[in-house]
Amino acid sequence: MLFARSPESKKKSQKFISVEVVAPIVVGIFALVLWDIFVRVTQLPPYILPSPLLVLQTLITDWSELFPSLLITLQITVIAFIAAAISGLLIAILFTQSKWIERSLFPYAVILQTTPIVAIAPLIILWLKNNTFAALVVCAWIVAFFPVVSNTTLGLKSVDPNLLNLFQLYKASRWQTLIYLRLPSAMPYFLGGLKISGGLALIGAVVAEFVAGTGGEKSGIAYRILISSYNLQIPRMFAALLLTTGLGVLIFAALSALSDFILSKWHDSSINHD
Amino acid sequence: MSNHPVIKLNQVSKVYSNGTVALQELNLVIPESQFVSLVGASGCGKSTVLRLIAGLGSVSSGTIDWGITTAQRKLAFVFQDAALMPWATVRENVYLPLKLVGMSPQHSHILVQQALKLVGLEKFVNSYPRELSGGMKMRVSIARALVTQPNILLMDEPFGALDEITRSKLNSDLVDLWLQHRWTVVFVTHNIYEAVYLSHRVLVMGTSPGRVVADINIDVPFPRGEDFRTSSLYNEYCREVSQHLATAMRCGDMVGF
Repeated sequence: MLFARSPESKKKSQKFISVEVVAPIVVGIFALVLWDIFVRVTQLPPYILPSPLLVLQTLITDWSELFPSLLITLQITVIAFIAAAISGLLIAILFTQSKWIERSLFPYAVILQTTPIVAIAPLIILWLKNNTFAALVVCAWIVAFFPVVSNTTLGLKSVDPNLLNLFQLYKASRWQTLIYLRLPSAMPYFLGGLKISGGLALIGAVVAEFVAGTGGEKSGIAYRILISSYNLQIPRMFAALLLTTGLGVLIFAALSALSDFILSKWHDSSINHD
Repeated sequence: MSNHPVIKLNQVSKVYSNGTVALQELNLVIPESQFVSLVGASGCGKSTVLRLIAGLGSVSSGTIDWGITTAQRKLAFVFQDAALMPWATVRENVYLPLKLVGMSPQHSHILVQQALKLVGLEKFVNSYPRELSGGMKMRVSIARALVTQPNILLMDEPFGALDEITRSKLNSDLVDLWLQHRWTVVFVTHNIYEAVYLSHRVLVMGTSPGRVVADINIDVPFPRGEDFRTSSLYNEYCREVSQHLATAMRCGDMVGF
């Protein structure tokens, strides 16, 4: 009895060793083993396809250069993501205040989203020539903001009509209806938009860095990928790619955890159905 | 119960933008503290009547007059769907009408507790709607309606989505609450048995267009217990309402009241 665990701690440790966590790890290990066997059997040179062990070794030896670059890309990603989240939310609120505003401006949001960032990134970098960092943030923002706008607008409009009637019956103001009804109703949609936007902010940052080609101390991970590719340092390129994808997974996991935390008490998407 | 009319619909018509005539020249007088049920098939306009009284829509012609001043008029509405905010606790849901008029949580605490006690849910203040059964959610919805201490209660098929046992229990509870508070109630239902058990008056509505085709007084005093529900008088009233309903559905319109 002294060492008996409480039901809550049993549940937490069960979550960490649950199928959802173990299954992808097993698949990943299996894929790595296959990759290693393939390289050994085919005897492919490292500049074509390095083995996973070589990639890991390179990651360790080049850590002092790769990790700071990753942090720079992370900074750009985080700032662009926060800007996308705030601006996306505000734009969505604006759209739901007036059908005419939405009809007038929504097509331009779509145009901005569908324009290839590689085409407009050089222009943005040129316009903001004194501040390459800001230019990269703007590029990443352009890629990241649309899912937040689109999802949140849908959420703000997808309010229970009976609840809307109830607010009307009690003569709630527009502001009260927005704060106490529309915004909470839209939360699952907003958080869904954030999950997509997080990954897109990273992609936007990486693509913008490719275009900018900035070197030196303040170069991001995308620059390291590019230069490694040019110099045929393929194991290093893979190591940099590994860091980038790892960052993407972390961002998604963090946003999923945030979504679960906020919605866990009431939304079907986050409830643990026993 | 006085005869003083609280709500008066005069030749009220409602035509929707797609041309559907929901109501045509409907006349209806509801005295103070009377429990009136509107019974009819789907599409007869009974919910439209309720929504027009609540101000959730405007009449196309005719007028709705009130026998009380705007200040005296305290309306509450209960929907068929409990319409609870899923992200809020029971306490927060019941507190909502008071919050919208600017009452602080501290001042509203006693009113919320009282309203929950009326429906027997005072122990569930911190529960979320997803943790409640259908009947409990409806009780929370009723508590929310009662927290503002209304004098007019509008109920649109509130028990329609519930099983028979839960519905029967809530009917008895509603009668007990009415006896305590004597609200003026307009209750929409498609269930004849429920209408006869709860009401002083049952109005049968016909479809296409919606209008009152029969006005039946249920001349049985309150309180009405289970013995009324199993009495021959109850069966007679149910049969009478049912016959009028069948006629209304067969013929469409009758010359109305």
